[in-house]
Formats: sequence, structure tokens, C-alpha cells
Amino acid sequence: MAKMSLEDLRKMKDEKKKILDRREVGENDIVIRIGMATCGIAAGAKKTMEALFDEIEKQGLNETTIKQSGCMGYCDKGEPTVEVKVPGMPDTIYGAVNEDFARRIIKEHCVQRKLVDGGHIFDRPSRDILKE
Amino acid sequence: MKNFILVCAGTACESSKADDIYKNFLAEIEKHGLKDDAQVIKTGCFGFCEKGPIVKILPDEAFYVEVKPSDAKEMVEEHIIKGRFVKRLLYAGDEVGDKENFEASDIQFYKKQYRIALRNCGFIDAENIEEYIARDGYEALAKCIFEMTPDQVIEELKVSGLRGRGGAGFPTWMKWNFAKNAEADQKYILCNADEGDPGAYMDRSILEGDPNSVLEAMAIAGYAVGASKGIIYIRAEYPLAIHRLGIAINQSYERGLIGQNIFGSKFNFDIEVRLGAGAFVCGEETALIKSIEGNRGMPTPKPPFPAIEGLWGKPTIINNVETFANVPAIILKGGKWHTTIGTKGSPGTKVFALTGKINNSGLVEVPMGTTLRDVVFDIGGGIRDNKKFLAVQTGGPSGGVITEKDLDTPIDFDSLVAMGSMMGSGGMIVMNEDDCIIDVAKFYMDFCVEESCGKCSPCRIGTKKLYQYLDKISKGSAVEEDIKKMEDISNAMKLASLCELGKTAANPVLSTLNHFKDEYLKHIVDKKCRSGKCKDLVSFVVNDKCIGCTACKRKCPVDCISGEKKELHVIDQTKCIKCGECVAACKFKAIDKI
Repeated sequence: MAKMSLEDLRKMKDEKKKILDRREVGENDIVIRIGMATCGIAAGAKKTMEALFDEIEKQGLNETTIKQSGCMGYCDKGEPTVEVKVPGMPDTIYGAVNEDFARRIIKEHCVQRKLVDGGHIFDRPSRDILKE
Repeated sequence: MKNFILVCAGTACESSKADDIYKNFLAEIEKHGLKDDAQVIKTGCFGFCEKGPIVKILPDEAFYVEVKPSDAKEMVEEHIIKGRFVKRLLYAGDEVGDKENFEASDIQFYKKQYRIALRNCGFIDAENIEEYIARDGYEALAKCIFEMTPDQVIEELKVSGLRGRGGAGFPTWMKWNFAKNAEADQKYILCNADEGDPGAYMDRSILEGDPNSVLEAMAIAGYAVGASKGIIYIRAEYPLAIHRLGIAINQSYERGLIGQNIFGSKFNFDIEVRLGAGAFVCGEETALIKSIEGNRGMPTPKPPFPAIEGLWGKPTIINNVETFANVPAIILKGGKWHTTIGTKGSPGTKVFALTGKINNSGLVEVPMGTTLRDVVFDIGGGIRDNKKFLAVQTGGPSGGVITEKDLDTPIDFDSLVAMGSMMGSGGMIVMNEDDCIIDVAKFYMDFCVEESCGKCSPCRIGTKKLYQYLDKISKGSAVEEDIKKMEDISNAMKLASLCELGKTAANPVLSTLNHFKDEYLKHIVDKKCRSGKCKDLVSFVVNDKCIGCTACKRKCPVDCISGEKKELHVIDQTKCIKCGECVAACKFKAIDKI
């Protein structure tokens, strides 16, 4: 890979920012992020991820991306933590997502476009300092 | 679905009628035929329990506090049907006085947490540098190289007031300035990732969630002090953090964001990772340096300070992971911005690993000056199982306990020291009435005995002696004069130990003695342990509720319970190992723990 100049950095930043902020997304572009720090994995995040993949395939949600991230800090009640971004729905953080709940997220949140009930929704822990 | 009504079902809110609120919302939605327009959902804790029960309505981000079940009607009719906020219930932040006239954008300010070091943790893919770049990554390094002189970088840090997050709180700019002014052909930037306090995992989470922020900050430090080499010293028991650091280093090398001629400039900076075996003392900077040099990890006297004579005898900066993670944000947003957060003496935020007998244990980042009450009872959701708060242990084996009377003291580096504890790296262990303070002190002293490197005698012998006294106390064989002896040993360790490990190792003892003298005396004089944790001071006795069912007799692993069917049983105190199995087996509450 070529080394980056300052211009390259800024160009990449602008391009990737659009993707990260989901400013140019299609009707069906779904992004799911799953917390995969040591704590998340210990709480079963790998199985959760497998269930998400499997259910996405079953439901035929082809425009879905699954990404991993670090720890969001909800150690006790919130691991494994999954953030779901579906166009037209509020960005949602689900905690304590086991395999069954992972499938419900795909079926209810991503397909039926409803939030999944049961005390699993968490708030973003703080505002974003980069957006101030 | 147009609206989502989120009702908090966290432990604190649930006890204040969240369930009724939920049901009333469901009924109102049903009544108005809004089933396709609004969905009612129970959620996890919002971390704002003091103002609970909480209801949040999306997508408007309306945050309603202290909601009563009877409010559901008005909220549905006003907010859902007419699209108007129910202003009397809206939380507008302490700073918004005029509730009638604020805008929707004003209602974002309810969060107690403020994330600088954790800004990306959990929200970007740690294994993809491009997501870090999208979040202004490496922009701060570019700003330093192209727009700032090394002196200006250090000046910006000075203005920011950033202090070392590893424990002692030494001003970061000062360290950097010493190293900058030292003349040498080679200088080093070390990142201390040897996190070892029991119950602490702040640094691991940063490295696993946002490793590039640390790499970028190390390069900035290199630019500021004139160093071209950086080493991350991390314990081998953090395999995933090491793996992700490796990926981040490779990806940043590939893109020329570290390495030779960064961004095509003349600035070079290399980073490598060194693994430590996980000795607590290697978090002490001189011991850390010895370990990297391939020697046994033992501290050396200071001065000379590492900033003048460190790794391989060259000027060396050692900063903790969290300190580094703050640096890019400070460079980008300015030192002045940083001083607007936190307290005057300790600007910025601190990450705490909140664990123990608390409802929401977790990793939290709060502005310095937040009170312990906010952390424990709001963000932490209070004490588990409605038990009584006893104390919080901060600062790990170097810290102490903070009790109820200091719950409202704003916490920063200086106030914690004044309370007889310290910030340490940020472990925060909450204890309730079931915990025994002697047992806690014994736990930390046991840790220090294990981890003392043995080089200086005050620490090597002092920790061992203190442990023996605590053990005596827990077994009921101590005498009152022992307290005085423990204090003398502690003070000698403070004065004469070589490094901070020894100097602070007695803190858990001194601090518990200071706050819980009565508990010590109860153990020593009355030979009683309030919580029952000190097994030698507890005995199990059968009372007259016993019907002679033999359930306990059958469970007892050492066969120390005698008595025939339908006769009162007796526990042989000489054989009893105090395991408590009999208490669990008895259905008639016929066994007392005294």
C-alpha cells in the first residue's frame, strides 16, 4: 500500500466519514456492530455473531454488514453488546444479546422494523465529543 | 412505526413503578388505536437513576424524568398524537433554566458520562484503521507535524492540564518537557500497558477498542520530545489487546502513518510491542525499563528520573495507555477545551472500572469532580439486592477506602489523596454490608506480599508482617497493641521503601484503620466479625426451631452434626469448618450464625 500524504488522509477521512455517519445509505443498508473485546467474547459474543450471520442469511438480508468493535462499557448487564443501524429506525444498542435474542433482532428489528422488547435496549453512554 | 416509547426497566426504575408505567402506555396506545404508530418497549438502565423512572421517546430523543404511571395518558396524547413535548417532565439539563422555551437540541445534556479516552471504544472497528481515520484519526499527528513546533505541542499540553492517568497524576507536559530538554542521540517513548490492579481493565479496553489512538499519541510524543522510537510494554495475559495492537501497527506502517517520513515529512517514528510476564511491580516505571532491557523487573532509585536517564540510559517518557488516549483529542480540540471539563486541579475525565456489589458494573468515563454518589448510585444504579453501602475501594493495592461520609466529595487526584486513598489507575470496587473490611485489607496485603519484588526490606518484610497481623486479627488472636505496631510498620514502609509499590502498599491498612477502627476493635476485643467473612470468629449453632429432620446432618461434609430424627441437633464446634452448608440445607431457620 502506498504511503499516505496529508491530502490522502483527508480524502480517506471524508470518504469513510460518509460511510460511518451513514449519510449515503440505501433503503436496505443495515449495519450491525458487535462488541468483541475480551469481555464481550467471554460473554458469548462469538456465538451471538454466528447467530446473526445465520439469521441474516435465512432472512435474505443481503445488504447487511456485520462489524466488530471494542467494549462499550456495559460489562455486567450489557454483554454481548450489539448496535443496530437500520435506515428509518433510531440507532439502537442492545445488551445481553444471546443467540436467541440475536435472531429476534434480525427478525423483528431488521425485517419487521420494530424495536425488540424485553429490557435489552441501552442508551449510548455519552455524547460524542467529535461532534461538538 | 413512527414512534418508540422506551420505558426504563433498570433495577432502580423498576422499583419505582416502571412496570405500571409500561402497562399504562400499552393501554393508552391501544385505546387510541396507535398500534401501528408507536411501540412501547422496556429497556435496560439509562444510568440516571436519581431522576427515575425514565421514559425516552424516539426518534425525538425526548428524555422524560420522574415519570409517574398516571403521566402515560398525557404523554401519549401530547407527544405521540399532537407531536408536542410534555415540558414539565422533560429533563432539560441543569444548565437549562427556562423549560418552556428550550429547543429540542437542548435536551441532549443528560448524560453523566463524558468520553474522551473512550471516544471510539465500542463504536469503531478496532481492526480497521480506516474507521479510526474517519473519526479524525491521525489528524492530530498531522497538525503537530505541519502546524506546530515541538514547543507548541508541549505548551498545548501544559494549557490542557493533563495529568498522568496511571495513578500518581504527574503533569504530562512536565515529563515531556524534561525529556525534550535532555540532550541525547536517541530518546524513547514508552507506553505503560502493564495494568495490574485487581479489578482494573481500563487500559485493556482502550487497546482492544481503539489501539490507533495510543499509537498516534505516542508519535505525537515522539515529535514533541525528539524521539524516533516507541515501545509498548504490555502484559502477555492481554492476548487480544496484543493482537489488535499488532494489526494497528501493521496498518499504520502500511499507510506511512508511523515509520519513516510520516506524511512525507522528515519525522520518523517506529513503534514495537514488548511483552511483560505480568508482574505488578513492572508497572513502576524504573522496573518497567529494567524489564524491557532484559533484566529482572526491579525498581531503581530516582533520581535519575527516566525523562533524563531511562531506557538504555537515554531520556525516556513513560505514559500510561489512558493518558496517551487523551492526547489526540486535546491536540485537535485544544488545551483550553480540555480545561473546561473536570476540576481546576485535575482537568479532563477519568475512566473507572466499576465493579463489586453494584447493580450496573461497567467501564465508565466521567469528568473529574464527579461525586462518588453519582458514580455509584446513578451510573452504577446503586447497591445490588438493596443492601447497605459500606465503602468503595479505589486505587487498588495502593489506595484505600472511601466511606459514606465522603460520597459527595468531588473526586479528582487531590481530593482522593486527601481522603487517604488515591486515584490509582481507576479500579473502583464497591462493597456492601456483607463485606468485612479486615478481609478486604487482608486481600490487598496478600496481593502486595505476592507482588513485592523483594529488593528493599521495608516493602518485603513490611508487607509480610502486616499480612500476619491482619491474619491474626481475622482469627481472633490479635491484641489491641497490634494496631499500634501495624501503624508503625505502615509508616516505616511509607518513608523507607524504594518505589511507589512499597510506599503505598500500607494504604489499604491505614485507610481501613482510619475509617473502620471500630471494626478492627470488634475483631480484636469482642472476637466477632460482623459480616461473618472471618470464619474463625463465627460459629453455627442450632436453635430451638429445629424439628430434627436431619437435612443438615446429611449435608454436613465433616459429619459434625449429631442428633436423632425428631430430636434437637447439635453442632460439634471443634469439628465444624464453617462452610455454611447446614444453613443452606435447613428449611426452618433453625441454625444461627453468631
